[in-house]
Amino acid sequence: MRLEVHKLCAFYGRAQILFDVSLKLERGEVVALLGRNGAGKSTTLKSIVGLVEQRSGRVVLDGRDITYAPTAHIARAGLGYVPEDRRIFTELTVAENLLVGRQAPRPGAPAWTEKSLFHLFPNLAELSDRPAGEISGGEQQMLTIARTLMGNPAALMLDEPSEGLAPLIVEQLGKAILTLKQQGLSILLSEQNLHLARAIGDRVSIIEKGRIRFEGTMAEFAGDQTISRMFLAV
Amino acid sequence: MAFVVIQFLNGLASAADLFLVSAGLSIIFGVTRIVNFAHGSFYMLGAYLAFTLVEGVVGPALGFWPGIVAAAVAVAILGGLLEVTLLRRIYQAPELFQLLATFGVVLIVQDLVLLVWGPEDRIGPRAPGLEGAVSLLGHQFPRYDLFLIALGPIVLGALFLLFRRTRWGILVRAATQDREMAAALGVNERWLFTSVFVLGAFLAGLGGAVQLPREAVHHTMDLEIIVEAFVVVVIGGLGSVTGAFLASIILAELNAFGIVIFPEVTLVLVFLVMAVVLVIRPTGLLGRPEFAIRAASGVAEPPITPQSEAARNWVFAGVLGLAVLPVVADAYVLSVATEIMIFVLFAISLQFLMGISGMVSFGHAASFGLGAYGAALMIKHAGAPMELAFLAGIGLAALGALVIGWFCVRLTGVYLAMLTLAFAQIAWSVAFQWYGVTGGDNGILGVWPAAWAASPIVFFYLTLAVTTLALVILRRIIFAPFGFGLRACRDSVLRAEAIGIDRRQVQWLGFAVAGAFAGVAGALYAFLKGSVFPDVLAVPVSVDGLVMVLLGGIQRLNGPIVGALVYKLLQIVLASYTDYWRLVIGVIIIGLVVAFPQGIVGFFGTRLDALLVQRRNSP
Ligand SMILES: Nc1ncnc2c1ncn2[C@@H]1O[C@H](COP(=O)(O)OP(=O)(O)OP(=O)(O)O)[C@@H](O)[C@H]1O
Ligand SMILES: [Mg+2]
Repeated sequence: MRLEVHKLCAFYGRAQILFDVSLKLERGEVVALLGRNGAGKSTTLKSIVGLVEQRSGRVVLDGRDITYAPTAHIARAGLGYVPEDRRIFTELTVAENLLVGRQAPRPGAPAWTEKSLFHLFPNLAELSDRPAGEISGGEQQMLTIARTLMGNPAALMLDEPSEGLAPLIVEQLGKAILTLKQQGLSILLSEQNLHLARAIGDRVSIIEKGRIRFEGTMAEFAGDQTISRMFLAV
Repeated sequence: MAFVVIQFLNGLASAADLFLVSAGLSIIFGVTRIVNFAHGSFYMLGAYLAFTLVEGVVGPALGFWPGIVAAAVAVAILGGLLEVTLLRRIYQAPELFQLLATFGVVLIVQDLVLLVWGPEDRIGPRAPGLEGAVSLLGHQFPRYDLFLIALGPIVLGALFLLFRRTRWGILVRAATQDREMAAALGVNERWLFTSVFVLGAFLAGLGGAVQLPREAVHHTMDLEIIVEAFVVVVIGGLGSVTGAFLASIILAELNAFGIVIFPEVTLVLVFLVMAVVLVIRPTGLLGRPEFAIRAASGVAEPPITPQSEAARNWVFAGVLGLAVLPVVADAYVLSVATEIMIFVLFAISLQFLMGISGMVSFGHAASFGLGAYGAALMIKHAGAPMELAFLAGIGLAALGALVIGWFCVRLTGVYLAMLTLAFAQIAWSVAFQWYGVTGGDNGILGVWPAAWAASPIVFFYLTLAVTTLALVILRRIIFAPFGFGLRACRDSVLRAEAIGIDRRQVQWLGFAVAGAFAGVAGALYAFLKGSVFPDVLAVPVSVDGLVMVLLGGIQRLNGPIVGALVYKLLQIVLASYTDYWRLVIGVIIIGLVVAFPQGIVGFFGTRLDALLVQRRNSP
């Protein structure tokens, strides 16, 4: 699935947060959206799925303009979104959380079942009947990804999936995301963890203060130390 | 002992319909965040429709059980239609306007019911197979009540299964917790909201239908049940079906035993229970803390500012204009003008409560009515002169506000609004039932002003003076330290408390001040009309006040003046044309909410501001 973002602007109240953000995500590609805290990564993803009320610009999914489509329609069009703050339904069990995300299989996208997801995230399997509010942060992160995958998305946006996770878990997560990539999913990954981004990203976009400041392949980005020093170092 | 058991079973039986209504209210609120005041109307429609369908007044008689089910289904469909046509348009509107819009529906349904079924009580048939009584511990116990006792747990169980075992139920629970995230997972909110509304309406309709063999169907049952349902939800916790179940049993049992011991004690018991619950758990027995939203802050408007020179001149000119009115106007016009001024005062006091103190009241009639009754009772029972009776009215209103306020400052947002309505309804029913003291629905007559103020002209000037003085005093308060304290609490409880403001104390006092001023209006009203009836305490008075304030714009200093003027004139004109003014007002309220979510003054004011800015910026 192709995602194209053209001159996206977003506002919270009177404050403009995004300024003409443009991005491109080709089929089967992983684009890492990098930037410091508060740069506007989450706002970009939220605006794409319509969770930021005031926005302008154009968002096109496989040739279809979804800029002002209702959030649920965007999800049903095959764009999965995994929020940074996880937003697990804590009152529901793990299995129920997965059920909320379930959608009919989509042609051209991998079809997930609860079982195949438990295979991808083995930790979740034993937790199936536990209230989701009672599982660990890492397990919740797995769950939030698994929940979105239940919708059999053709493109996926992950907002800082590695945040707050132990290195071992991050590694596990990276493997899982790679698996997804191999299955042909297009992935937009917002990250601060350069290690993870390097391991799985094909291309890089860097956002700073709501503006895209760099776009290039992972090789270009990795080859030029000054870029990360300028836009990412704290 | 046997008697206690029987009385307990009686309580359980009457808890059934209360539970059905409260559960529906709670479920709808959980997902849509709308407190559906029209839920009592669904209940009433369920009862009337059941009566019609079972008896076959129009069309074939369906018989008892099919008729009951058909009535509930019909109400469910009506609920769905209401959601699709009205609520969908206002999910984004401030909470208060949503409440008001559903209030409009209440008014419309009341008149429609009168139009269709007339004012007489309707007595339904017995349930076939469940007529008569069984012998229980030596007492006769109605068979049908056994069915009702079983119905509550059955519905609770069915809802439990629905919410735990079906995908729909799981989606509803997910959306109740996080609507946005559910949407981001592809859950279609629109469909979910409509279906939830249908379920809630079905439960309310069923509640109304099943009590057909038990009680006469009448046209005030909507407000009676909604008030009880509000109390249930306050005790049980919004959004919790189990909480609604527990609380409706508690309430029904209090009623069942209270009536035996001493009917008046029931009210006291209900208050005591509510007080204990609120002190221990402000969100109710099983409520979720996140539902305690601050309603007033839902209205996005610029903060209140001292009025501009121009606005002050307008008000001044208005007072001057009124002062010369008696020269040109006849007695009728003067009495209309006097009444409007009284309602301006009432609206200002309500704005003080909502806009300044941040406490949304759906029961401001309590203060207005207590003011009127305080004055009237003083004259009737103590033969006091007008001046003293007037003070007594204000005193009673202030006292009432202190009592009501004590409870209310423990709540916020919708809980608070629901509780104020419940209190006002309770005050109404006391005035309505306590014949010995209040004269019941015969009211109190002969509440005339003293001889010196008896002429319409003098009374007009008296009202003008009192209203103007009250206006000045309230403005002084708004911009005095106490007023700043109130607004600080309204805007941020945490910050206000951090700078050493005792929020509850300040808000409690604010509640009392607003109540006292509404009492002034009520006392004036009593003398204007020369009589007092329970109507002064009734819901329409509260709604009138709300509409006036919201029409004018809740944060506009002169908003209530404009709102009261426009609305009262409209009402007087309408009432002279039609008996079904409630219907018309209901439609107007809904229309206004859909068209002007910021209020009239707010709407035109914002446009005016924009125009001025444009002018200034253009070369
Ligand atoms: N709900 C909101 N209301 C107002 N401002 C917001 C809101 N959410 C984010 N912001 C502001 O928007 C800017 C961008 O925030 P955003 O969350 O998009 O950054 P981010 O790149 O995701 O940062 P992080 O790495 O910390 O997650 C920040 O300045 C933030 O303060
Ligand atoms: Mg972020």
